[in-house]
Amino acid sequence: MSCPNKSPTLVQLAGAPRELPQFWRSLEELAGDPDFAARLAQEFPRHASVWDESVADRRRFLQLMGASLALAGAQGCSSPPPEAIMPYVRQPEGMTPGVPLHFATAMPRSDGAIGVVATSHMGRPTKVEGNSLHPASLGATDAMAQASVLTLYDPDRSQTVARLGVIATWGDLLGAIRGALASAPKGTGVHILSPPSTSPTLARQRAALIAKYPQAKWHSYEPAGRDAARSAAIAALGEDVQPVYRFEAADVVLAIDADFLCAGGGAVRYAHDFMSRRGVESEGAPNRLYAIESAYTPTGAAADHRLRLRPSGMEAFARSLASRIGVPGVDEATPTDGAYAKWLSAVASDLQAHRGRSIVVPGSHLPASVQSLVHAINDALGNVGQTVTFIAPPAGETVDGASALRELTDALNADAVNLLLILDANPVYDAPVALQFGTALRQARLAVHYGLYQDETAELCPWHIPATHYLESWSDARAYDGTAAIVQPLIAPLYEGKTVHEVLSALIDPAPMSSYDLVRATWQEAFGDDFDMRWHAALRDGVIADSQPATITPTLQPSAASGLAPSEADANSDTFELILAPDPSIGDGRCANNGWLQELPKPLTKLTWENAVLMAPADAQRLGIETDDVVRLECNGQSVTAPACIMPGHAEGCVTCYLGYGRTRAGRIGTGLGFNAYMFRPANGGYVARGAKIAKTGKRSELARTQKHHEFEGRNIIHQATVAQFAADPQSVLPAAAHHPLPSLLPDVPYDGFAWGMAIDLSKCMGCNACVIACQAENNIPIVGKEQVVLSREMHWLRLDLYYAGRPEDPEAIHQPMLCQHCEKAPCEVVCPVAATTHSDEGLNEMTYNRCIGTRYCSNNCPYKVRRFNFLQYTDEETPVLKLLRNPEVTVRSRGVMEKCTYCVQRINHARIDAKKSAVESGAPPVIADGSLETACQQACPSEAIVFGDVNDPKSRVAKLKADPRNYGVLSELGTQPRTSYLVRLRNPNPALG
Amino acid sequence: MAISVKPIAEPPAAAELHGSPGSPVLAPGHTFTSVTDQISAIVLTRGTTRGWWVGFGISLFFVNVLMVCVTYLIATGIGIWGNNIPVGWGLDILNFVWWIGIGHAGTLISAVLLLFNQSWRTSINRFAEAMTLFAVACAGLYPLLHLGRIWVFYWLLPYPNTMGLWPQFRSALVWDVFAVSTYLTVSLLFWYVGLIPDLATLRDRTQSRVGRVVYGILAMGWRGSARHWLRFDAAYLLLAGIAAPLVVSVHTVVGFDFATSIVPGWHNTIFPPYFVAGAIYSGFAMVLTLAIPLRAAYGLQDFITERHLENMAKVMLATGLMVAYGYVMEVFFGWYSANTFEQYVVENRAIGPYAPAYWALILCNVLVPQLLWIRRIRINPISLWVIAIVANIGMWLERFVIIVTSLHRDYLPSSWAMYYPTVWDWGTFVGSLGLFFFLLFLFIRFLPMISIFEMRELVHRTEEEHDG
Amino acid sequence: MGDRHVVDDMPRIYGVLGEFPSAEHLTAAARAAYEAGYRRMDAYSPFPVEGLADALGARRSRLPLIVLIGGICGGLIGYLMQYYMVVVSYPLNIGGRPLHTWPAFIPVTFELTILGAALSAVLGMLALNGLPRPYHPLFNVPEFNLASQNRFFLCIEATDPQFDVSSASDLLGRIGSTHVQLVEY
Repeated sequence: MSCPNKSPTLVQLAGAPRELPQFWRSLEELAGDPDFAARLAQEFPRHASVWDESVADRRRFLQLMGASLALAGAQGCSSPPPEAIMPYVRQPEGMTPGVPLHFATAMPRSDGAIGVVATSHMGRPTKVEGNSLHPASLGATDAMAQASVLTLYDPDRSQTVARLGVIATWGDLLGAIRGALASAPKGTGVHILSPPSTSPTLARQRAALIAKYPQAKWHSYEPAGRDAARSAAIAALGEDVQPVYRFEAADVVLAIDADFLCAGGGAVRYAHDFMSRRGVESEGAPNRLYAIESAYTPTGAAADHRLRLRPSGMEAFARSLASRIGVPGVDEATPTDGAYAKWLSAVASDLQAHRGRSIVVPGSHLPASVQSLVHAINDALGNVGQTVTFIAPPAGETVDGASALRELTDALNADAVNLLLILDANPVYDAPVALQFGTALRQARLAVHYGLYQDETAELCPWHIPATHYLESWSDARAYDGTAAIVQPLIAPLYEGKTVHEVLSALIDPAPMSSYDLVRATWQEAFGDDFDMRWHAALRDGVIADSQPATITPTLQPSAASGLAPSEADANSDTFELILAPDPSIGDGRCANNGWLQELPKPLTKLTWENAVLMAPADAQRLGIETDDVVRLECNGQSVTAPACIMPGHAEGCVTCYLGYGRTRAGRIGTGLGFNAYMFRPANGGYVARGAKIAKTGKRSELARTQKHHEFEGRNIIHQATVAQFAADPQSVLPAAAHHPLPSLLPDVPYDGFAWGMAIDLSKCMGCNACVIACQAENNIPIVGKEQVVLSREMHWLRLDLYYAGRPEDPEAIHQPMLCQHCEKAPCEVVCPVAATTHSDEGLNEMTYNRCIGTRYCSNNCPYKVRRFNFLQYTDEETPVLKLLRNPEVTVRSRGVMEKCTYCVQRINHARIDAKKSAVESGAPPVIADGSLETACQQACPSEAIVFGDVNDPKSRVAKLKADPRNYGVLSELGTQPRTSYLVRLRNPNPALG
Repeated sequence: MAISVKPIAEPPAAAELHGSPGSPVLAPGHTFTSVTDQISAIVLTRGTTRGWWVGFGISLFFVNVLMVCVTYLIATGIGIWGNNIPVGWGLDILNFVWWIGIGHAGTLISAVLLLFNQSWRTSINRFAEAMTLFAVACAGLYPLLHLGRIWVFYWLLPYPNTMGLWPQFRSALVWDVFAVSTYLTVSLLFWYVGLIPDLATLRDRTQSRVGRVVYGILAMGWRGSARHWLRFDAAYLLLAGIAAPLVVSVHTVVGFDFATSIVPGWHNTIFPPYFVAGAIYSGFAMVLTLAIPLRAAYGLQDFITERHLENMAKVMLATGLMVAYGYVMEVFFGWYSANTFEQYVVENRAIGPYAPAYWALILCNVLVPQLLWIRRIRINPISLWVIAIVANIGMWLERFVIIVTSLHRDYLPSSWAMYYPTVWDWGTFVGSLGLFFFLLFLFIRFLPMISIFEMRELVHRTEEEHDG
Repeated sequence: MGDRHVVDDMPRIYGVLGEFPSAEHLTAAARAAYEAGYRRMDAYSPFPVEGLADALGARRSRLPLIVLIGGICGGLIGYLMQYYMVVVSYPLNIGGRPLHTWPAFIPVTFELTILGAALSAVLGMLALNGLPRPYHPLFNVPEFNLASQNRFFLCIEATDPQFDVSSASDLLGRIGSTHVQLVEY
């Protein structure tokens, strides 16, 4: 394609100013008209095909191709930022080609940043890993952090300052803003809307702004914020404080509708701490987890006892528990049925038996009344100061987001807004519909939107400023526990992006400063004299030493629990309580254009690419609804038709809809998927809408689920046991056959030297999906799209199989990471007619893509079905910017070849080469220290459920685990002799509930 | 293999076929001249009938359908079909097995019946062999088309290359390559050798110069010399002797494609023999499907008599019963193995989502053939033709059940999924049918569909018998 | 058409051709001619006639031996090829199987045995019959095209030591040939 179109580009570029920074303007000129420029700003010219034919004449076509080539060049030429950034661990003398560098940075999130170490290949960030020095990470990450690299290279990101959708310049914009400010002395009618941010620099700038424009109003709003938690804290503890939990110190944990293992700023750390008390290597007695929840969550799946409860029941439970615990001034709500009462008393006594060594965690979305009760309960249990400590909320100021947004809307409707600056928020999409924010927004005299995408809000704002991705930005951010970290860029902005600091600086400072200087300025006085040393240390380590705020010990207000009137339970039984929760994969909708997250199966439905109406089997049966039936959901005058999805273990009387879908301007990936559940959001920002009605439409629409069958049919796939049983007789947790594998007719193949193997502890896996995305990012795994997922052709090398045991209305969910088992007697290899899949002398089952002719026999013959076939050309090899994303050490597969997990062979080879190099220097045999070599999935796993290493080394962790009586091979009776083995899932149920 | 040869050698069948008092294998009153005239006339003098043109046109249309499907497939990828993970093989391999099965009757009739000196084979062997060739040609398409990267299909062949790599001889797919290509070659030789004397006849009878040249070249200067006939007979007999075990081995190897895997429902020792039986069954069904209309269209009732129809019906009945035995054994193994996976396969076939296919197959291959116990049905062309069609459908369903139901729910319930063929799957299938009939129409137009010299021999032998 | 082949107006003779009404006559005639001492002769029939070749004193065909050799060669090549490729040339660990997995080599060996035998059978037959042979003097005889249809011929060839046109023709006449004629080059 390129050849015929190159020449015009060059010709047209020849007329343009020479220096590269001017490049965009020259492109604009070459492209000739603003119309073209607008399109260019929106999406890549390769998508010329989707435009109306009228404009697609030959000359235009050549221009567009020219532009795309020029762009490709531009991105190819991206360089590390001009300022000095500090390499992590390895200090390079310049950059050695082919040797990746690692830089510590942090991924900011309004509920707490997570520290990451980004891998940079020749200046291209290709992967993020956890930063082991960062308290929120301890070396692990979550799915969203892993997927953030893809967002960086998203071709749909907005690329230039735009006015009414047409390319404009930063200068023009500043002119406009300054004009508006000049007309508003003291900042009257100046409003800024942003999500709460944990950045100290932003807080400083905000203060400066208010100081300069006293009348200016700053509204912070987060669709799934912590308003309720805030008001609960104020009510119960007198001030807005945020709890920090120490799960490693807790023997008994009660989660009240709180998915603390997978949601929230501290989830990765909490998962690590909690799971450190489970599994084989757990130090101390195993802990016990009770979970009460409406929809099934990973935390519920990890729980030893789980109670289904509709949202309206939560408060009654908390109230009864409080009175059992002995919180003064609480009268027990009338217990409903026997099982419930039994459960309640068991939990109460268990908690009381572990005073000071227990935790009760409320979901931060729960009504303030419930959370206040929980504060009281933790206080009564003496957990405060032990397992529960409090800090000032890391996101600086504290306001009620819902009312902040309402104020802004009122101001807009009162036509009192001269300048509205929307920083990285998308209220037009995610504000409660009752506010009619979209129409209000038109009232603003000057509205400027700042964000990564030209989204729904940008569409209604005359001006748009492209934001930088955090991997392109200088900034700083606090973690869930308040620890601060510097956000350092790995790459200069791919496009004309600005950091939020630069935008604000343009408003505040007479001479706009670079965000680098702004961040340094923030920490100037904190670091004091030896600034440079501490600054470098902060950059190198990815955390700012002793930046953690002091813990606060608030005093429980007497009115904490007593003052609250019991909230009315939903009497009407033929309507449902509609739960609106952030999507487990794409969150509140911000990540909607991230293909990896869209195709990531949601932990307990295995649903991809859309949201559905999740409901309990009993309710579905009553209404004659089956999964894939399209239902009409009506609530608060709003209604939508969407497919239903039956979720075993979902509480009856309520249904769940995930937020974040139904985007209308998300980009090519995220637009038009699912339905927008924000429309049902009560104006007060609550997470439950009452009185929802559900009716069958008779239509069907097949949901893209990656797994449809959840019983393991009593096969040798999953084994469970209780801690007590294991303690009594370790051998009893597995059937005898599993201990004595069948003899093989085939001779044993000796594997001296390294022999790689993996052990996965099912007790520790909670199905958080971090490993899946880590694998996808590491191995250049393509996404296939909804239609292909429906045809069950998804490409994930590592998947999380979800099995249910027990009664469908109240099942136990078990997650099992399933990846290539690297069988020593691999059935796939024997049937390949061209020896494209063979065995290495280190026991890896290797796939030679270049040799594969695609008979698919290997997949048919794989009992674990972990092989993936490129039925079509799935990898996007055209979009230039996506080429920057690829891991250069992993082959990009093309159509017609089989692929599968390699145990991250590229990492193994790296380690082996290094070991051999050092061995040559020292003369000793090459050694790879256990733990120094981690697969991508293992590295990402917060709970350390996945252990990989050399099984020939008896001291290695993996060898120890494989020696454990809980170790078994899935389907080992087939004689496949898998190198990947699993450890029996141990649960620690309360005998009283046995 | 011994097991699977048995059916053919089965004394009752053989004896029955030979000394049946029933209608003769050749209508009385024929002379060398009359058989030569009648059969060669179809090619030389009768010219091209309208019916031929219609049939030829239709088949040509479907050949083009095949072209379109194949082009789109190669341009886009296997993804245009319904195949997925876990069902890596669908209609592609299904049709391969189906066609190769059909391609068994020809060589079987020619070779095995020749060895057992079954005079009734004479009038049907020629086009049965042709049918074999065309069926194998259609079958051969699929292993190529089902490749993800068809353009490197030759990596399946052992040839020296810069990678220094060879095929992986433990894979049944490589055995397939050798078995099918050998089968195609031998069938072609067998067919051509048998044609040589008839080509000479056509050479000597044709009026057109072009015909004389073409047939002359193909006849290679055959003169019917006694010494030549001596070697010719020897060669023909030897080829028959070689082809007989070959026929058995080919479908055995095809059976291995499944039996040597570990997929529950495939990993089955009974597969080779029961595949061979099924192949003969479907092969004879296809011969009947073709012979009955042809015989009517070209007035060949004298040569393809009731006797032939009845004998073929008997073979169908016998092999059909063996196939039924195979089904019973599959179920029995499922239970007797006490293997949960095998048991589940049996259960899933009977009551799973694809149960209708399974029960339809039982109807087509087990119940309907039982009608062949009745002589009136055996000798009635119409009923026989219908049963033959049913049998063809049944064998197609059998392969569907074996391939799809085994794969779609194997070991890990987490990856269980459904398989639905797409329009491109079906297009490729009807396309291959088109190709088959396309070749067949060309054959009956330009070559004698009945072996003339063997008919003369038959005339001669019957005369001798009459003279006593 | 004979004259077309006249060499210096003295026609070169291939032999004498006698036509017979039936296979039985032909066989009898052949036997008689053999007893009369003729060796270089051949009989032509539209289908294989039992005992005709014996009557002409033809020896048993060597074809079976050729086929046997062809088959053995095919089989040997098949097995050795696999052994070389899998064990010697590029040994690989395939699913933890031993390198020399002889049972897996049997199918290919068998198929190649068959192929070798079949090819040698056909090629052997053609070679021994001296086919293809597009031109033969007998084709000059107009009636001879009936040899591939319904007539039977016996040809005493000129190369026979005791050949002589008149005596050969007489013999043919005596042993029941309905029509005798010269076969010229």
